Amino acid sequence: MRHLLVRCALLLGLVALAACSTPDEPVEIYDPYEADNRQSHEFNRNVDSLALRPAATGYGTLVPVPVRMGVSNFSANLGIPGTIVNDLLQGSFGDAAHNSFRFVLNSTLGLGGLFDVATPGGFEERSADFGQTLAVWGAPEGAYLDVPLFGPRTERALAGNIVDIVLNPVNYVFGPEYAMVIYGAGAATVLDDRYVLGDTLDAILYESADSYALLRSLYLQNRRFELNQSGTAGPDLAFDPYEDLYGDIFEE
Amino acid sequence: MAISSRNDLRRRGVLGLLLGAAALPLVGTPAHALTDGEARALIDRVVSDINRIINSGQSERAMYGDFERLFDRYADVPTIARSALGPAARSASRAQLAAFGDAFGAYLARKYGARFREFIGGSIQVTDARQLKNFVEVRSTVDLRGQAPFSVSFMVSDRSGADKFFDIVIEGISLLKTERVEIGSMLERRRGNVDQLIQDLRSA
Repeated sequence: MRHLLVRCALLLGLVALAACSTPDEPVEIYDPYEADNRQSHEFNRNVDSLALRPAATGYGTLVPVPVRMGVSNFSANLGIPGTIVNDLLQGSFGDAAHNSFRFVLNSTLGLGGLFDVATPGGFEERSADFGQTLAVWGAPEGAYLDVPLFGPRTERALAGNIVDIVLNPVNYVFGPEYAMVIYGAGAATVLDDRYVLGDTLDAILYESADSYALLRSLYLQNRRFELNQSGTAGPDLAFDPYEDLYGDIFEE
Repeated sequence: MAISSRNDLRRRGVLGLLLGAAALPLVGTPAHALTDGEARALIDRVVSDINRIINSGQSERAMYGDFERLFDRYADVPTIARSALGPAARSASRAQLAAFGDAFGAYLARKYGARFREFIGGSIQVTDARQLKNFVEVRSTVDLRGQAPFSVSFMVSDRSGADKFFDIVIEGISLLKTERVEIGSMLERRRGNVDQLIQDLRSA
């Protein structure tokens, strides 16, 4: 059963990657599926306002901060082995060692990951995912997608998410009887994130002139920055408004 | 408010002259290039002002006023406004551009002032400066209690005639790029009516 799952996920990931479309010329935003994306964005907005947001408000107001932090820490800690695999695949051996130390510290002194004792000890979070690994390997970003229930992704990031499911050793060490705990903690983390980001996300989703266009811009800017941070060659990210200004003068 | 608008108009006039003057060296002698040190000195002042405002304990409304003054003083608001307006800025009249600049400046202060309010109790520290294309990026780190530190960059140029920042980039998210998207969408919703946009921006 599990082998089948692994093969399905790998296959799906590869299919998603192979489907990565590339624009003929480099563009800031490549969104050939905009019409479909806008529909699923509307769907996601409804899911948020009807279910996620109210649930997050309930969770955030009923459950005290230390408990919420503990659950989120626990969930994040379970993700670290997968991060280490990606560090290794990217050849970032320093980060692999850093994250291994972090995992050992939090799993032992941090009582199974409930407390993040590694960060104050100098082993702060250093994220890595398979979408990033693909970027390091030179795979193109692909088109922008607004995935139902999951939100903004690039095609490459989505392929990475799928592969990450089978790449995390935690999923093999713990049997299916622990799935409820692992996925439960993951779901609680989503609620906590939604609660903490409350006003910021509300402003993007419900107070902007075009929440789809805004979210797309914000996601792509932040994702490219994160990939750049980790040493991936990216496009020149900075924007120079003065070039525009003088461009006008010389055109006229 | 009325007084500050008149001041802004006068400043804009002066700025226009400076812009014209600044464009001249492009064709002739090389312009004085902004150094890392000069850019960093500007952002050191900006950061110390932000730290002072967010830890002053005053009301939100008073903070917005302070942030608007901070933007007016240290940011190249006319260029940010023009850039946010995008292609519509080319066909807009001078009066429209001026009115838009005023409304946009106040809108920015409210919007990003609210963001900076989340920094209360934290601290911003300038880390380094580097040349990027035709401007300088001054990088800083924001430390908030109980959160992983994150990066905030200020993009600085002297091409307005004075050392000013024209963009704030938080974890890769550029104020300039984001406002180009948002203002562009607002304008599209109003079928390109700049006057309507200015009016709505005042209450946004």
